[in-house]
Amino acid sequence: MRRRTRGLAIAAGFALVLPLAACATDSGSTVLTWYTNPDAGGQDEIAQRCTEAADGAYRIETSVLPRDAASQREQLARRLAAQDSSIDLMSLDPPFIPELAEPGFLAPIPDDVADEVTQDVVQGAIDGSTWKDRLVAIPFWANTQLLWYRKSVAKEAGLDPEKEPVTWEQVIDAARDQDKYLGVQGAKAESLTVWINALVESAGGHVLQNPEAPADELELGLESDAGKAAAEIIGTIGKDGLGGPGLPTADENASMSLFQGDRGSFMVNWPFVWSASNAAVEEGTLDKAVVDDIGWAIYPQVDEGTDARPPYGGISLGVGAYSSHVEESFEAARCIVKPENQAYYFATNGNPPASTKAYEDPEVRKAFPMADVIRESLEKAAPRPQTPYYNEVSIGLQETWHPPASVDPETTPQDSTDYITAVLRGEALL
Amino acid sequence: MSTTSSAAGVAQQQPASAGRGKGGRTKVARSERARDEARLGWLLAGPAFVVMLAVTVYPILQAIYDSLFSYRLTAPDDKAFNAGHNYVVVLSDPLFWQALGVTTFITVVTVVIELVLGFALALVMHRAVKSLRGVLRTAILVPYGIITVVSAFAWFYAFDINSGFVNHWFAWLPGIDENLNWFAHQGTSLFVIIASEVWKTTPFISLLLLAGLAQVPTELEEAAQVDGATWWQRLRRVLIPNMKAAIMVAVLFRALDAFRIFDNVFIMTNGANNTDVLSLLAYRTSIGRLEIGLGSAISVLLFLCVIGICFAAIKLFKVDLAGARGES
Repeated sequence: MRRRTRGLAIAAGFALVLPLAACATDSGSTVLTWYTNPDAGGQDEIAQRCTEAADGAYRIETSVLPRDAASQREQLARRLAAQDSSIDLMSLDPPFIPELAEPGFLAPIPDDVADEVTQDVVQGAIDGSTWKDRLVAIPFWANTQLLWYRKSVAKEAGLDPEKEPVTWEQVIDAARDQDKYLGVQGAKAESLTVWINALVESAGGHVLQNPEAPADELELGLESDAGKAAAEIIGTIGKDGLGGPGLPTADENASMSLFQGDRGSFMVNWPFVWSASNAAVEEGTLDKAVVDDIGWAIYPQVDEGTDARPPYGGISLGVGAYSSHVEESFEAARCIVKPENQAYYFATNGNPPASTKAYEDPEVRKAFPMADVIRESLEKAAPRPQTPYYNEVSIGLQETWHPPASVDPETTPQDSTDYITAVLRGEALL
Repeated sequence: MSTTSSAAGVAQQQPASAGRGKGGRTKVARSERARDEARLGWLLAGPAFVVMLAVTVYPILQAIYDSLFSYRLTAPDDKAFNAGHNYVVVLSDPLFWQALGVTTFITVVTVVIELVLGFALALVMHRAVKSLRGVLRTAILVPYGIITVVSAFAWFYAFDINSGFVNHWFAWLPGIDENLNWFAHQGTSLFVIIASEVWKTTPFISLLLLAGLAQVPTELEEAAQVDGATWWQRLRRVLIPNMKAAIMVAVLFRALDAFRIFDNVFIMTNGANNTDVLSLLAYRTSIGRLEIGLGSAISVLLFLCVIGICFAAIKLFKVDLAGARGES
């Protein structure tokens, strides 16, 4: 009996030690962990490419974060607050960058790296990666929303969005006159904040007047003509049922389904809809005639003649301040954001590059005939408020501007301002 | 998870009530053997007791401590003692009271429906022909075996306006048509949340009630039958009074479980349309906003509510937990 126990103990000891030994033999090169947002496998492929290019200096392993941006932020913030040294590289959604940069969770970027990774990069991506005048993350890919339209519906309404920018009013009238639905994101989620921010910015205002101020000194800019104009548009689409019955729960995918349906007319959405629609045709779940009928243009204007400020999104790379391999991580980041990798990522995963050079890639131009419109949109795009308290502002907006049918230009901007101010001062729950 | 902690609660109750029972009698010197047995008992149960303290009491104390600070995870340098201000903020906020109201509503409605349904199912299982009994119990248990998040997603996709089939299937019912967006209104959202909760946890209640039914001696029923009592009379006068303890335990456990509802609401509405519940509010504050102090205060209040439910059930309704286990 005793001998058997000893045998078991030895076996257990081997079982514990063997995997470690395997690590030891393999650890000739440094292993970097890159926390990525879920995609179609593009970041994994880039990690492999950069591992090969590093020639043994380091090996990049990817670890996938949760699906939505808010959950990605939660996980990274929690682990960084606990000084997790396993976070070498991370894919960050721009609005959450200041929150991680402010307490020093992101390793400072050396000047030479900062100079290199901002060469030939769209301004929106540089702004989105900057906090208090310092580049704190490395622009990787940059996203923006376009106006997608059914050519047949636009023609019937006498509009040509490709040549002449359209206004929200025209889009709303066209949908109403032809008894069609508009594809907008009315769900109580981050996508609603994206919509509100784009409307307020397009109308010449800002959700936050002084985003760099401390929490109790932040001033909102919703009680303005811009805030009212935004509320007017959202409220009208909600009250008149123009977003369809699914509007209060519509996210980007739901908007896309609505737009592809019989009553689709116009939609504001990210470029992924193009690759998704084409994939659906290949799978046989969507008629090719629908894709042939799809047109694209710059985001709609709020005031006729004033350029729209489309939503800005995308991903920047951060290096963990508590990583044991900061230097190698910056090397890896420089490799990841190379224009050819960004072009590959756009062509295969549908995520637009932050590098202007990548737009010249023939593969990109083949896969995305609207590449030039995306680049133009990125130059005009406005980021969401950059503050460490972005989460409070965003959820506060969602609480007060949802459902869209309840939005009233006379009361919503003020209610929203009062509520968010109280939350930021620690006087109200969210 | 919930069942385990509730079961642990039962285990804790045992020695306390047993001790009180002996308190009234004259103390008799315990024999050497009794002392040895008691010592062995402590040796056997001791490690589990210590582990339980470590995994339950420590986090609770930590939450109480954290709730006294203004502390945000992404601003670790600004941590400051604020002497209960968090509780003032929480208790004076209408959102907290609304979440408490919704939580209580869901708890009461699900417990009542489940009690009736569960009792019916227990009767069916109890009376089923022997050859069918196993299949029947397994079939009834299936929903309970499904992970809550999975069942929440299943119900969400069934009712969702884009992917759901419920609107097509039930369009013939008044009030339901293809354009009904279940998750866009408070009433309809709560309906789906409650329905999924009932579907998932009725088996739990019915199993507890089945155990109670099995404990009622068949002679009692047979005697009543000989005396000419109808089925309804036998149910009311014989069965139910004899399984009161089992019923109260089922209600208590299920009420505690329902009060901590999270998954269904999180998946289906995430608190939209005034469907916030307390645990979601605590989650959003501590995990979403990373406001550890404020979130801990909500968690402590939630904990106090759960303690309150336990206390009310045990004291007011005189639930005899030992009786439910057939030890009285």
